[in-house]
Amino acid sequence: MPGGECRPAVIFGVSVLADNNNNGSPDTSTALPIHISSLTKKYGDLYALDSVDLEIRSGEFLTLLGPSGSGKTTLLMAIAGFNRPDSGSIRFGDQEVILTPPHKRNVGMVFQSYALFPHMSVAGNIGFPLKLRGVNAAEIEERVTEALETVQLAGLGERGIDQLSGGQRQRVALARAFVFGPRILLMDEPLSALDKKLRERMQIELKILHRKLGVTTVYVTHDQREALTMSDRIAVINHGRLAQVDTPEVIYNHPANAFVADFIGESTMLPLDLDAAGNLTYKGSKVGKTPSGDGAGGWSLVVRPEHLSIMAGKKPGTDQTIAFEGTVIETVFQGETAFSIIAIDDETELQVRFATGSKAKSSYPQSGEQVTLGLARDDVILIPEEDPQ
Amino acid sequence: MTAIGIEKTGQSEAPLHAEELHRQQAREQWTLLGLAVPALIIVCLIILIPVGWLFYLSFVGNDGELSLQHYAKMVQYKSYARVFATTFQVSVLTTGICILIGYPLSYFLALLPPRWVGFFMLAVLLPFWTSLLVRTYAWLVLLQKNGLLNDFAMQVGLWDTPVKLVHNMTGTLIGMAHIMLPFLVLPLYNAMKKIDRDLMYAAGNLGASPVSAFWRVYFPLSLPGMVAGSLIVFVLCLGFYVTPAVLGGGRVIMVATQITAILENQFDWGAASALGVVLLIATMLFLYIAGRLFKFDAALFGKN
Repeated sequence: MPGGECRPAVIFGVSVLADNNNNGSPDTSTALPIHISSLTKKYGDLYALDSVDLEIRSGEFLTLLGPSGSGKTTLLMAIAGFNRPDSGSIRFGDQEVILTPPHKRNVGMVFQSYALFPHMSVAGNIGFPLKLRGVNAAEIEERVTEALETVQLAGLGERGIDQLSGGQRQRVALARAFVFGPRILLMDEPLSALDKKLRERMQIELKILHRKLGVTTVYVTHDQREALTMSDRIAVINHGRLAQVDTPEVIYNHPANAFVADFIGESTMLPLDLDAAGNLTYKGSKVGKTPSGDGAGGWSLVVRPEHLSIMAGKKPGTDQTIAFEGTVIETVFQGETAFSIIAIDDETELQVRFATGSKAKSSYPQSGEQVTLGLARDDVILIPEEDPQ
Repeated sequence: MTAIGIEKTGQSEAPLHAEELHRQQAREQWTLLGLAVPALIIVCLIILIPVGWLFYLSFVGNDGELSLQHYAKMVQYKSYARVFATTFQVSVLTTGICILIGYPLSYFLALLPPRWVGFFMLAVLLPFWTSLLVRTYAWLVLLQKNGLLNDFAMQVGLWDTPVKLVHNMTGTLIGMAHIMLPFLVLPLYNAMKKIDRDLMYAAGNLGASPVSAFWRVYFPLSLPGMVAGSLIVFVLCLGFYVTPAVLGGGRVIMVATQITAILENQFDWGAASALGVVLLIATMLFLYIAGRLFKFDAALFGKN
């Protein structure tokens, strides 16, 4: 890994936005919103996209997050114009683009495979979109040099693609996608081929770059941590439908349904009972009221591993906490945290994450120990049970 | 650290198992080489020896003495030059026709959904499995004066009198192109299949129209496959015998045809050998130059 990959902020500190403004494409610095409505795409009997409505705001970083086969890539490809939906509308700003061929949509895209042209140099790749737009040679050279500086690859323009490391290829792909000043940038799992350290570094660099370019960015990933790290908003997608669209904090802390609760973060779901007074209870202890007083359908309690803590001694639940008693089945040390699986009855296991604390003294339970776990009432997450479909 | 301690105790003797491990590796390599021995023997017997003999014969004059008379004749008589010119002409034209027909065909095959490829590939390969002679005579039947093609064309009204389609250059080229096509299509198809679909998407995304994307991205990337296929076709054409002999009807005299003629009419082994040697050297020279120009060895034998 070249040393340059360790200094993101310094070089991205160059005002990319201002430079772009000065360089010949005056209308490109403004970002465009994307309006998607009733977008449907079927493969055989399967809905890859099932009447999707999504408003992507001008200049925001929106992540499409979902498991493989959820339709997230299909949606991205539809925005780019590579697949033809069955029906619906995609507008960039005021302009309907659903019938526009890909080469006239003027959106930048970073492919999962990078899709760099192997028969062209780094500079050839980055200059390709400029050449197609009839930019003159001197300006192409200038803008390619500038783009290379932005992605910290200054001086590598004459290299062949096969002479680059994975991280460098990623940067070339990125430079090629924004060099022509598109107002929309699409990224299809661009970091999935990188090793963990580099991936985490690039996540932050991409975020900084996004802020500098100010361009509307649609990012596809199946990695929930990546989505939480990078996004202004996350659109969680499953079976071709949007499960929830909101900020990372809301998605994590207030999942709208069981799928989102389960897919984002670690969690255990405990089914709740409804008592005569309209309270939701777990094994007789009160958990809360049904949100919006809605008594219909079942509700579950979502327990996040990091929300549980050990209560000293055996205490029943209080006004502030809900208590669970259980036996530690296994504990594994994972560095800054330890992870335990704790059985609270024959069928239910809770996942718990403890801070490992100081080096001198481990502060997490060992397997076989009896413990009482407390869940603060502020951390209670209630979700309606899945509608049977 | 403990690791240092272990190193130190081992220093006085040979490194642990080094000799045995080395021997094991050597044995594996010799075994692999052993597998190649039968093939090596056959190559020596059926290629090197006959070619060496041919080479020797070409330098033996009709009086049994070593001489350059066969080569001198080739320079002296214009007919020889014409034979080489014809050989070159037929090879170039056949290769050209194969590219014109084969490129779109390969492109079509490469874009076909996988389940259809088998069927169309069979159509390309089927002629491969049929006897060369049968195919050549089949063309004779189709193309001759009262053949199927002429009958049909006259019935439809395309032309009034039979057109001479065979026993000339036209017939030779039709037959040759048909036989050589798979040799071009297979490496070309292979090269095209390796072109990542995302590259064409990327080209489109960056602003290239489908036609522009084809010429700027797809075509350059398919070029190594096309060069490889063209070279195979061209080299095979240079030494081809049956098809020009049958469909050329004595009017298209290539080197191979000429060699047969010399042997049948004059029983002159020296002259025939000399022609063979010149053809061999010309072919090798051509391959060498092409290799330097196109780096086709990478295309033929896979990259790296």
